Amino acid sequence: MLRCQSLTQTYLSGGRELTVLKDITFTLEPGGFLAIVGPSGSGKTTLLGLLAGLDRPTRGTVHLDGQELGALDEDQRAELRGAKVGFVFQSFQLIPTLTARENVQVPLELRGEEGGARADELLGRVGLADRGHHYPAQLSGGEQQRVALARAFSNRPRILFADEPTGNLDVRTGAGVIDLMTELNRELGTTLVLVTHDLDLAARARRTIRLADGAIVADSAA
Amino acid sequence: MTSLRFVLRLAVREARATRRRLLLLTSAVTAGVAALVAINSFTDNLQRSVQGQAQALMGADLSLTARQPLSARAAALADTLACGGGRPPCREGAIARLTTFSAMAYVPRTLGTRLVQVSAVDGGYPFYGEIRTAPAAAWSTLQQGRRVLVDPSLLTALNAGVGDSLSLGETRFAISGTVLSAPGDVGIRSAFGPRIFIPGRYLPDTRLLTFGARAEYETLVRLPHGADPERLAARVRPAFRAEQVRIRTVADDRQSLSDALTRLGRYLGLVALVALLLGGLGVASAVHVLVRQKQPTIAVLRCRGATSGKIFAVYLVQAAGIGLVGSIAGAALGALVQLLLPAVLHDFLPVDVAVTPSVPAIALGLLTGVWTAVAFALLPLLAVRRVPPLAALRRDYETVAAPPDRWRWPAAAVVALSVVLLAALQVGNWRSGVIFAAGIGAALGALRLAAELLVRAVRRWTPAGWPYVWRQGLANLHRPGNQTVTVVLSIGFGAFLLSILLLMQHTLLRQLDVAGGPARPNLVLFDIQPEQHAGVDSVVRAAGLPVGGATPIVPMRILSIKGRPVTQLLADSGGGSRRAGSRRGGRGEASNGWALRREYRSTYRDTVVASERLVAGRWWTGPSADSLVDISVEQGLARELGAIVGDEIIWDVQGVPVVSRITSLREVDWARFEPNFFVVFRAGILDGAPQTLVSLTRVADAGARGRLQRRLAERFANVTTVDLSSVQQAVERLVDRVVLAIRFMALFSLATGAVVLVGAVATSRYQRLREGALLKTLGATRGQVLRVVVAEYMALGLLAAVVAIGLATLAGWGIAHWVFDAPFALPALPIALLALFVAGGTAAVGALNSLDVVFRTPLAVLRAE
Repeated sequence: MLRCQSLTQTYLSGGRELTVLKDITFTLEPGGFLAIVGPSGSGKTTLLGLLAGLDRPTRGTVHLDGQELGALDEDQRAELRGAKVGFVFQSFQLIPTLTARENVQVPLELRGEEGGARADELLGRVGLADRGHHYPAQLSGGEQQRVALARAFSNRPRILFADEPTGNLDVRTGAGVIDLMTELNRELGTTLVLVTHDLDLAARARRTIRLADGAIVADSAA
Repeated sequence: MTSLRFVLRLAVREARATRRRLLLLTSAVTAGVAALVAINSFTDNLQRSVQGQAQALMGADLSLTARQPLSARAAALADTLACGGGRPPCREGAIARLTTFSAMAYVPRTLGTRLVQVSAVDGGYPFYGEIRTAPAAAWSTLQQGRRVLVDPSLLTALNAGVGDSLSLGETRFAISGTVLSAPGDVGIRSAFGPRIFIPGRYLPDTRLLTFGARAEYETLVRLPHGADPERLAARVRPAFRAEQVRIRTVADDRQSLSDALTRLGRYLGLVALVALLLGGLGVASAVHVLVRQKQPTIAVLRCRGATSGKIFAVYLVQAAGIGLVGSIAGAALGALVQLLLPAVLHDFLPVDVAVTPSVPAIALGLLTGVWTAVAFALLPLLAVRRVPPLAALRRDYETVAAPPDRWRWPAAAVVALSVVLLAALQVGNWRSGVIFAAGIGAALGALRLAAELLVRAVRRWTPAGWPYVWRQGLANLHRPGNQTVTVVLSIGFGAFLLSILLLMQHTLLRQLDVAGGPARPNLVLFDIQPEQHAGVDSVVRAAGLPVGGATPIVPMRILSIKGRPVTQLLADSGGGSRRAGSRRGGRGEASNGWALRREYRSTYRDTVVASERLVAGRWWTGPSADSLVDISVEQGLARELGAIVGDEIIWDVQGVPVVSRITSLREVDWARFEPNFFVVFRAGILDGAPQTLVSLTRVADAGARGRLQRRLAERFANVTTVDLSSVQQAVERLVDRVVLAIRFMALFSLATGAVVLVGAVATSRYQRLREGALLKTLGATRGQVLRVVVAEYMALGLLAAVVAIGLATLAGWGIAHWVFDAPFALPALPIALLALFVAGGTAAVGALNSLDVVFRTPLAVLRAE
């Protein structure tokens, strides 16, 4: 499902070259559940972004569902994301000017589909069937993240990337969100990639990769 | 550290972090200050030029003007004046004469015919200043034979050249050169007939000044050295007034010209002030957002012991700094812009203007700019004082039910007073300042209300069926922290000014549209002597053209009204000057002097014509009841004369008194190009009076029109033919020029609008970047993100345009209805183009400033979280 080879990313910072990721190589099977853990600044979010094609790596390749991301231009990568990828962010990232239901519809609408029925179904699935007409500001943090989850699944993604999805939630709400994610992972066969520094959360994954200073220091599957 | 040092230091350090944003903010006041400095500096220069050139403008020390040649008594008086009040002849003083009238000029070689303004010159005119000609010596040799100097435009119009012979009335002149500049000639005047100069001694040979011809007879006096023109003028004024002669000194001219130019400058300056106030609004709105974003910083400072007063002072100093930097840039820009103003205004300028930056104008501009920035920042800055230290701990800390700030109203009063003060300073009196401030307030209030209603409507009624990117773009208009209303206000006001200009121009010009009606006459034949009538008709008929009935015109003056002689009425009203008498208004006391003194060109007939309507009394039918002649008077004139239906007026018709009685009042549509009259007599009594005739015809083809004018000029030299379509073109050109000048100033408002827009884009930049990245993460292509951006700004621009045009239409209708008394008409195409221009421009500016939203990679944005 996901294969990365010698992935390296460097940035220029204050005139100096800063290596954020060094030579990352791993493969993830379809339907797998991977947790990427590591301390702050270890390169977790950068890795997630490169895996999802949100940026180009300095070196190395990423294959997503058989497609080499480096061979696609930015718009082609965006279309690939629209078709096969779902996202959940730490800070929910809902569009404030759209209602919950409209937020869930966005990925489908960007592809030219209507998506209203699918949005209702997913909102029902995350327990917010009657909150569809509410704006993000009218929802609690946990509710916003559930809407984000519904949005992430709206385009029936083959793979879901989650960046600290419980970081802004209290323990109980966070657990609920993770339960929902794993349930959907099981039901729909979606591959899950979860970035977190919460080890309890990581323990629920079937595989864990630990990063430190931009390099893999441990891989539970290895 | 002293408080002041702390405040200044922190203000500078704090500004460092948001340098780019603040710099952008400074440009909000730049355009306004530039416009103000440019127009005020230019007006100062103009005033200086007028002061210096007034004597050259008149070309003499004193000017005597009359509608007829000076009587022997008046001429003798003029001779005495030239000797400084002493007995003529004298050595030093001198007299020159200028007789000016309209006539047909005709070049036999090219067959070209054109209506011109003839000035016949006697004596050493001009005594001061010079008339520049090509060749240079042409003026000094003008008097040496039958020569004529012409406006260069006439040569083009007649397809003629220097050396050609020009036929004027019954004689011919050789074109010996062109006049490049003559004192006091305002460019726009030549649109109504290019000016030509002939030697005065050949004037009788033209036989143009026959009975009924209108001419201005000006006698120019050079006083002996040391004579006081003011004192002399004051002494002889009553004597000349009795002779129907007006006397002007250079100081009089200087004063009236200076007054007129000051008014022009002041009102154009108001348009500039609008631009500055919009900039102030932009500052207010940006400060509002800035304060919200600075909350954590402010909270930390509060935690560390800074008092709210100190923090307020820090940001107020920043606002003043913004105003100062923006104003300095504006003053520099304004000094450059004023170089353009002579080009925009040159058709109205009687003097050469030396353009130098004016120190008072620049100082005023700087002061106004800084003050505007500070005054408008006050209200939003008040919030700084209320940021609680606790906000440092909790980001979403909200003060619950805080009582309203008691400084809100004083701050609002400072803004309102500032607007009044700035306007009063610009216009020169308090009353206008208050009216202007109220007007601006009302317009902005209406714009704001309309904008808010529209935003609400968009929020409620965005069709669910629209493509996502368009809905998202529209939804952004009411995003939290949006600046939709501010941007709509600042762009909308510029658009409002431009559209109201467009509407007024259209309404006024449409009234004059002679080409429009296919049946309307477009050629007027003036000054036909009764014995020429049949001949003129046959020429017109021979050309295959329709001949309308000829309208008789009888010149006359008022002798008495209701038994009181004019001299007595004039004495009672203080002898009101001609300038004070408005033609149709009749506002104010002592304004009827001109109405009492002027020569009336009346007609007689028994029917009411299409361009007039009876508003009081009854039109005469059947035989006359008594010996008094029935007359009908235009209602404005009746008001000015203080006369009503039933009143008796005695007229002096070429020396014969005619006793009349007002039996009706009429409303006249003066804008119709038809012979309209202040006074209409019942037919009969004036049939035998000395008179001329006016005749109308319609010639659709311009070539045929020219041929007819030529044939008439050949056979009936004294008959003046006025081509109404060229008059219409001249009026259009005049209106165009006025509009251009105002539009030029209004553009500064639009420029300010653009800056405020860029500022608003910058303010929400972070939010947009995040949203753009998010959309891309969710699968949006760059094209889709760009479309969201364009949709938002297009909608914003369209919103501003719709609101502005809607309000301008309302205001325009009101002005047309109540001020011009004209039917209002909407020029659909230009208005649609304006809307498109505003919407397209807004979309372009918005999109160009959002390119990074479209092109930044999503990870770069999300990592920055």
